[in-house]
Amino acid sequence: MIVETKQLRRCDVVVAKGRIDTSTVKTLADALSEITNNGRYRIALNLKAVTFISSAGLGELIATQNTCKKLHRGELVLVEVPRRVSEVLDLAGLTPLFKIYDSELEAVGDF
Amino acid sequence: MTSSQTLTMPGYFKNLARIADFVTTAAADACLDAKAVYAVQMAVEEACTNIIEHAYGGEGKGQIQIACIPKTEGLQIIITDQGVAFDPDQIPRLDTTASLSERNRRGMGMFFIYNLVDRVDYQFETPHGNQLTLFKKRL
Repeated sequence: MIVETKQLRRCDVVVAKGRIDTSTVKTLADALSEITNNGRYRIALNLKAVTFISSAGLGELIATQNTCKKLHRGELVLVEVPRRVSEVLDLAGLTPLFKIYDSELEAVGDF
Repeated sequence: MTSSQTLTMPGYFKNLARIADFVTTAAADACLDAKAVYAVQMAVEEACTNIIEHAYGGEGKGQIQIACIPKTEGLQIIITDQGVAFDPDQIPRLDTTASLSERNRRGMGMFFIYNLVDRVDYQFETPHGNQLTLFKKRL
C-alpha cells in the first residue's frame, strides 16, 4: 500500500492507497503516528483508493482515534469511504465512532 | 459450474494478497455478487491471519491450504492448517455497541469470519489438519 500525507494549517490529510492488511498496516500506522507524535491530532484519512481493509487496518483506525480524541485535542475523520469498507464499518458498529465525509474539502473545512 | 481450485501458500503475511486474489477470482467465477466477493475475501483474510498468528505462532512456520469449491447454492471454502488447535467458543465476542474507549484494536477477526459468511464450521486435528469450512450463498 501507499500512504501520502500533507500537512495543512488546520489538519493533516492522509491518503491511503491499496490493500490495508496485516502485512501493510505498518505503513499506515507509521504515517499516522508520525503525525500524532508531532503533536498534531486533527487528521483526515482519505480511503477512496483503498481496495481492501482487514481488521488489522480497522484496529489502526480505532487506535488512532483513541489517541486523537484523548483530552479532546482532535480526531480522526474518514473521507470518501468505499462502499465495501463502509459496510464493514457498519457491521462492526464502528461507523458511529468516526465522522465520515464525501470530500477532503468538506473534511478539512470542518476542522 | 466452474471446477474446484486449491492454493497452498507458506504462512507469511506477505502472501495474504495472493490468497485474496485466488479467493476473489473463485468467488467471482462462482457468480457471487461484488458484496459477497468482498465478504469472502475478508473472511478468508481474517482466518489466514489467525492461522499465522495463533495456529502457527508466527510467520514461516507452516503452510495454509485454501480450497474453493463451487456449489449449486454458492461457494464453499476449506482452509486447512497443521498448527495448534483452539476452541472458538473461548474467543471473546465483539461488542459492536462498545464506545471508542472500550474498543480493542485487536480481536475482531473471528467476528468478521462468523458474520461475513453464511456457514462456519471448525474441525480440529483431522487427518488433514485443522479445517475451517466457510460457505457463502449466491443470492
